[in-house]
Amino acid sequence: MAKYTLKVNGKTFKVDVDSATPLLWVLRDHLHLPGTKYGCGMALCGACTVHLNGAATRSCVTPVSSVGKSEITTIEGLSEQGDHPVQKAWLEHDVAQCGYCQSGQIMSAAALLKTTPNPTDEEIETFMSGNICRCGTYLRIKEAIKTASGQ
Amino acid sequence: MKNKNIHSDADHPLAVDLGNEGGGMNRRTFLKASALMGGGLMLRFSWLSALKPMDKMAELNVAEQGSQLNGYIQITPDNMIKIFCPNPEFGQNVMTSLPMIVAEELDVDWKNVVVEMGPHDNVKLGPQFTGGSNSVRMYWAPLRNAGASARQMLVEAAAQTWGIPAGEITTKEGVLSHPGGKTATYGEMASAAAAIAVPKDVKLKSAKDFTIVRKSKKNAEGSKIVTGKPLFGLDYYQEGMKFAMIEHPPAFGLKLKSFDATQTLKMPGIVDVFSLKLYPEDYLQAGFDTRTFNDLLVVVGNSTWEVMSARKKLKTEWEPISETKETVVGWRGDKREVVVPAGLESTSEHLKKMAERAKGEVKELRKDGDPETAFKNAAQVIERTYHAPFLAHNCMEPMNFFAHVTDEKALLVGPLQGPGWIEPSLSKILNLPPEKIEIQMTRMGGGFGRRAYGHFITEAALISKKIKSPVKLIYTREDDMTYGIYRPMYTATYRAALDADKNLIAFHVRGGGIPEHPIHANRFPAGAVDNYLAEGWEVPSNITIGAFRAPRSNFNAAAEQSFLDEVAEAMGKDPIDFRLELLQRAKTNPVGKNNEYDADRYAGVLELLKEKSGWGKPEHRDKKRGVAAYFCHNSYAGHVVDMVIRDGEPYVEHVTSAMDCGIVVNPDAATNMVQGAVVDGIGNALYGALTHQDGAAEQSNFHNYRIIRHHEAPKSIDVHFVQNDIDPTGLGEPPFPPVFAAVANALYKATGNRKYMQPFTAEPPNSQG
Repeated sequence: MAKYTLKVNGKTFKVDVDSATPLLWVLRDHLHLPGTKYGCGMALCGACTVHLNGAATRSCVTPVSSVGKSEITTIEGLSEQGDHPVQKAWLEHDVAQCGYCQSGQIMSAAALLKTTPNPTDEEIETFMSGNICRCGTYLRIKEAIKTASGQ
Repeated sequence: MKNKNIHSDADHPLAVDLGNEGGGMNRRTFLKASALMGGGLMLRFSWLSALKPMDKMAELNVAEQGSQLNGYIQITPDNMIKIFCPNPEFGQNVMTSLPMIVAEELDVDWKNVVVEMGPHDNVKLGPQFTGGSNSVRMYWAPLRNAGASARQMLVEAAAQTWGIPAGEITTKEGVLSHPGGKTATYGEMASAAAAIAVPKDVKLKSAKDFTIVRKSKKNAEGSKIVTGKPLFGLDYYQEGMKFAMIEHPPAFGLKLKSFDATQTLKMPGIVDVFSLKLYPEDYLQAGFDTRTFNDLLVVVGNSTWEVMSARKKLKTEWEPISETKETVVGWRGDKREVVVPAGLESTSEHLKKMAERAKGEVKELRKDGDPETAFKNAAQVIERTYHAPFLAHNCMEPMNFFAHVTDEKALLVGPLQGPGWIEPSLSKILNLPPEKIEIQMTRMGGGFGRRAYGHFITEAALISKKIKSPVKLIYTREDDMTYGIYRPMYTATYRAALDADKNLIAFHVRGGGIPEHPIHANRFPAGAVDNYLAEGWEVPSNITIGAFRAPRSNFNAAAEQSFLDEVAEAMGKDPIDFRLELLQRAKTNPVGKNNEYDADRYAGVLELLKEKSGWGKPEHRDKKRGVAAYFCHNSYAGHVVDMVIRDGEPYVEHVTSAMDCGIVVNPDAATNMVQGAVVDGIGNALYGALTHQDGAAEQSNFHNYRIIRHHEAPKSIDVHFVQNDIDPTGLGEPPFPPVFAAVANALYKATGNRKYMQPFTAEPPNSQG
């Protein structure tokens, strides 16, 4: 067990966990931020996507010991009022079906738009291909990303 | 059953019973009005009152509960309208569409409607099952009646208050108006309305006057989803709860012999390791308990990761099971014997066994005319055999459940499709009366049929009982994928007989599966061919199976609609025209009895598809297109897919879909559902497979179980609905099955090869043929 100080959504948290513990489980079990989802544990589905210093990161394979001083943003902290352009676009296109994967989809989309403000269809498909939606809402996700980018 | 926050109970703290019961037990809708403590109206009604006796869901023992008051509408003085939704939500959007139906007849502003999902109440709410594409279809009539009754009571209250005939009062968006200038909101009249007798008869709106139904409304939980609120079972947390995982045998056909947990128990945060039997020796399984691995090894700890890590240190020995005969009790008390064979089964062996078994004794499911003679006299016989593998549901939220069981009572919280079906099992296994078992439903991260099987709830309950603590049972992705309860493995041989003029004179299907056959004998083209024979056979297995989005139909449609494409080609006919000819025959001069489908509606979907896809138009002539249509769950669906070969792999670029599900309650959400079903269908048709080697699943996570991803989804899916005023029918399942065949038929156009074995992108196993 080891003590870690984490900066999550602008707040500082202290946890005492095994160094190999993935960030996902620290967020969910220890910090009670369950918006970040477990889907595969192998960085295959993207449900656990968070931002580390703004970059999309699969928290299920990110050991807490590797996070260091990075700023962690989860879906709960993406915006204060749930009004990030991506969140608003998601509502406008009524994207969700079951909704389980959507936190990860939204975090990936927000990270994409940060580096690529006007992505092409192909750029969206490539960047988002790591996020599985079992309900098959991919078309709406793409439309929502375009809306959020102002296209 | 105890209810913490149910609102339909007479002892609800907010409700004061005024005793002005409306109507009697014979009324189509049983209603009861009360005043709310803080002012306002509560109208309680029965969700299940209008079930038809022949209705499939009515058979599930819910009809006699039709007189129970299990739904409610509340109107408070601030003009807020609260509507209670009893069905679990897993993405089919019932939490939005069901309240829309009430709001339509109530004539309120949708902005003022709040939707609540209640806890499970088997006694009053029935099984509350979501599945079988039933929710909207079942509740359409009772919800309309309830909404219209509340509206009429508000009108009557205004009439009495104002001293004006009720007939002169109109309503719009929650406001009562009189031409003389008087107006009041529903909220203002709600307390007075609570004292009005519930009307004996109500007039329902004509479909043309709908203002909410048929107008797209956003997902009632949309904002919570995009902000990551704890909606799902896996998100449920209770202070002090433990975390548990189950080590199940590594292969079907094995059971636990012994284990050594010394190393595991030394790991940090581990509380206990023990084995348990899921079902006791003499236990009669209910239909939705399902036969699972019965000897389980449980690791309990303080956090998910600690349990996950410590599990890897378990030392286990497994031994072969011997053949057993089990009795499974259906929901109506019917019993059936199930043989669970011993042995470690493999996919290659399955294929051989099925090929052999198909030649053996079969069960005749339907016969019209004289198919044997027709085939003997045929000028040409086309025969093709189709295969489909086991499929894992792969809900994005793996199976999980919270349980807190004591000697006195049980609290269970989590995602499941049919809470009512697990409760009697829990009652027996935990030895607790039903009223001491509380099941709270969470939103489900996908269902697809998987969450109809409640073994994971029983497992969580038994673990909690053993450790005397609240506990969350969590399946890892690997547990979820390898635990079983798959879509069965299916095969079917289709034969068509053509006469010298290339007329279809006979049709024969012989279908089988592990462990059940897929055939729906009374579906198209039954009824359209003079000589028709449908047969089925089954091969027992120790691999567990269950319902998977449009059970059996998902294979039938794939095989039959692919076969019809080939028959049309042999006849020199356009595939849509050929189907329309058959449907014309089924309509004007149907063959046999019990044809399940409406030939007109089936044809209507094909006509719409033809028009919207521009089928046969010169501008589409070079496209590699495939078409298929199917009827299931009371609805009709068809697709035209346009395929290209991209980087050596088939890619469905564009899809045109046509649906007839009657009145479309929430069009945008319905479109979303159809688009999702198309994506799901393409993914499973091209990539989906769960195979076995020596009893062990060969796929365990998304690196070796291929799920369709963003870049593989079509660029566009245009969804069209047949416009009619028929009461709504299912939508979650019907669009799924025909996708497989439309993909297969397009693949033929794109590659020149017919595909008979799913998934279509896989190399056929060596044992094939």
